[in-house]
Amino acid sequence: MPRPTLDPSILPALREQVLAAASARAPLILRGAGTKDFLGEYCVTDREATANATLLDTRVLNGVVAYEPTELVITAGAGTRLSGIEALLATQGQSLAFEPPRFGGDPTLGGIVAAGLSGPRRASVGATRDFVLGATLLDGRGEVLRFGGQVMKNVAGFDVSRLLCGSFGLLGLITQVSLKVLPLPPAETTLRFALTSAAALQAFQRWAGQSWPVSATAYAAGSATVRLSGATAAVSTAARALGGEPLPKLEADHFWAGLRDQTDPWFTHAEHLWRLSVPTSAPLPAELGEPLIEWGGALRWHRTTLPPRAVRAWAEAQGGTAWHWRGGVAGQRLHPLTPAVLAIHRRLQQSFDPAGVFNPGRLLADAETLHG
Amino acid sequence: MPPHAIIAALQGVLPLAAVLTEPAQLAPYECDGLSALRERPLAVVLPRTVSEVRAALVACHHLGVPVVARGAGTGLSGGATPHAQGIVLSLARLNRVLSIDPLTQTACVEPGVRNLAVSEAAAAFGLYYAPDPSSQIACTIGGNVAENSGGVHCLKYGLTVHNVRRVTGLLSDGTAVTLGSGGLDSPGLDLLAVGIGSEGLLLVVTEVLLQLKPRPPVAQVAMASFDDLGRACQAVADIIAAGIIPAGLEMMDRQATRAVEPFVNAGYDLEAMALLLVEADGTPEEVTEEMARIDAVLRAAGATAVTVSQSEAERLRLWSGRKNAFPAAGRISPDYYCMDGTLPRKQLGAMLAAMTGMEARYGLRCMNVFHAGDGNLHPLILFDANMPGEWARAEAFGAEILSLCVRLGGTITGEHGVGLEKIGSMCEQFTPEERAAFFAVRNAFDPTARLNPGKALPTLARCAEFGRQHVHAGQLPHADLPRF
Repeated sequence: MPRPTLDPSILPALREQVLAAASARAPLILRGAGTKDFLGEYCVTDREATANATLLDTRVLNGVVAYEPTELVITAGAGTRLSGIEALLATQGQSLAFEPPRFGGDPTLGGIVAAGLSGPRRASVGATRDFVLGATLLDGRGEVLRFGGQVMKNVAGFDVSRLLCGSFGLLGLITQVSLKVLPLPPAETTLRFALTSAAALQAFQRWAGQSWPVSATAYAAGSATVRLSGATAAVSTAARALGGEPLPKLEADHFWAGLRDQTDPWFTHAEHLWRLSVPTSAPLPAELGEPLIEWGGALRWHRTTLPPRAVRAWAEAQGGTAWHWRGGVAGQRLHPLTPAVLAIHRRLQQSFDPAGVFNPGRLLADAETLHG
Repeated sequence: MPPHAIIAALQGVLPLAAVLTEPAQLAPYECDGLSALRERPLAVVLPRTVSEVRAALVACHHLGVPVVARGAGTGLSGGATPHAQGIVLSLARLNRVLSIDPLTQTACVEPGVRNLAVSEAAAAFGLYYAPDPSSQIACTIGGNVAENSGGVHCLKYGLTVHNVRRVTGLLSDGTAVTLGSGGLDSPGLDLLAVGIGSEGLLLVVTEVLLQLKPRPPVAQVAMASFDDLGRACQAVADIIAAGIIPAGLEMMDRQATRAVEPFVNAGYDLEAMALLLVEADGTPEEVTEEMARIDAVLRAAGATAVTVSQSEAERLRLWSGRKNAFPAAGRISPDYYCMDGTLPRKQLGAMLAAMTGMEARYGLRCMNVFHAGDGNLHPLILFDANMPGEWARAEAFGAEILSLCVRLGGTITGEHGVGLEKIGSMCEQFTPEERAAFFAVRNAFDPTARLNPGKALPTLARCAEFGRQHVHAGQLPHADLPRF
């Protein structure tokens, strides 16, 4: 059986564009729907990074290549919009369980994978990378490379398709992705509790160690919210055991979407926003201010104006990382990589994109990447 | 560098007892679970601490000596077969569970900790480590990380890659590196995902932070009989189509049930052409609800009988045959060769039918026990190594199965790894450019190419050789595949 591919006329054209850019050493901005333009060491809206760059619009890579509900796999072009994929999956009672963020728009599949960000259900079902089964990459040499596949278990060759999660285009243009999909849960309910941040964190930790069908948790401003998803009886038993105030479905859906997409007012008014990825057991330091907590305590959002060095030092001391999500200085937004890990990134970049044309400075911000 | 100089260098930086060099000491390390492939290393190094691991790596780095890391040696693809000019670096003595944290549901362990020992240590907190390869009594977490091991529960709970938060290790020159973090994600390329399943080519693992899960309070298994393999395969698809993700979904063909039943007395239906084992786990309400749906789907799919376990003892008894399939194969045949390929589930029927034809052509029997829910096959090819030509026929039989996996849209290895065994089949699954990309990944971690050299990644020359072996009567197999 031939491996499915996109419209054959698109890839050669993109390949020519990449090869031309590589030979001229002219930077390319890989961009889909632009919902994550504001993210990166140097992001799409930073002039230093985009001054001499050409836009490569990935939305031409549009279309579902294969979807077989009983295989639990969907394969689509990287420019395919999330709304179309989700609508198709919903007709079969399935979904992308990691709830990719929209950030107020309609992101593309490639952007979802390249950013590697996951939504409220991350702590219970896994991240974007956990659902990636295979990917096709157009690298800086113009080679079209297929990694992984469309099956659940595959250990042939290094797992390059998952490596691409969080790559922000560093190694090339993702042209096609295969994702594992899951059935929609038969029942869902959302509960709200009036709790302090410390009490909410304790409750999240306790529930995570028990077999409740918790599919999302959040805390903000004196209020903890918990979503239960699963078998009908299991959800109702858990709802009775956990207590709290059930939220009407419309209100609950609105709340979780606002959290996932950061359209919730808590996010919209912050000049400085930090994303801290830490162990759930990390304490709640007063100096960072009142947090918004997700993922059972593993994701903390802080609207703090503390010096970046202090925020990073705290996250690192907890065994985690801190991302200056909004308000940061270009080139100093992501948590710095350790020298050994940076060296591995650099060597990978040199192999896959020797001319350094893809998204300069978006993931690695030093002068070498930006001006090399 | 002469061998005695290498040994002297290692002895200079490690305790005397940590360096094995006598032939009798080296013999147990000559092979892993794929015992058909053997090699004698220059020495076996058995460090007890991370600093001893580093000392050994630094010494080998300076002398340009290949290093083959090894856990329990239970791997089935020759991934831990020694290198004749290199050392075996056994991590078996780094076997401490460093911490179990019930608050974060994590276990921090050294690489030599056995898979099952993690769940045993976590049991006091009502937690366990989900990936459960069939060798879990013996296999180590370091080896699980190297192979991205699965098990019978991975459809619902994932593989090793889904259950590891952080891997700490040493690069070939002894540089420490941390992949992943204590949180649920970290910035940059997902190096953790590429480190897991890297078959010992990228780094030597020294510490792993594992994600634990709460032990489900209840589990129940349904055993369904089918009088036709195709119908059993369709039932697997029907369960998924019904929106059910069972905790386990396994199939055995009649060849397998007849081999294991005298051995374990599981109460299997020996007239059925295929048995399905379908497990549900979770809270009592969840399991009752799901099991009722599973039972209905199985009956609608044409099951001739369905038995649902009514006690934990009965559940374990029904699983006992599946778990003892490999030893049972060893009882009915002098030798067996365990294959490992994955297919889209819809192709299972076509593959099983094709294997029946291959049995006749190669003159060897093959029994099938496999992870049907994942489409992951484990055909056990039965042969007698003392009969001239049988091992070669078994190997050819296995290679043909893997070729067919690739043609049917699957992969040559679902969970056992490429190692030495399937290095030729890699040439069929990947183009030269893709294989070059794998070498680039290896080069990014180990520019000296001394960690487990010769494994997992075929060179161009190796693929050319493989191509020549598989040309029969001037015809390439799978003429529809691109050739380079």
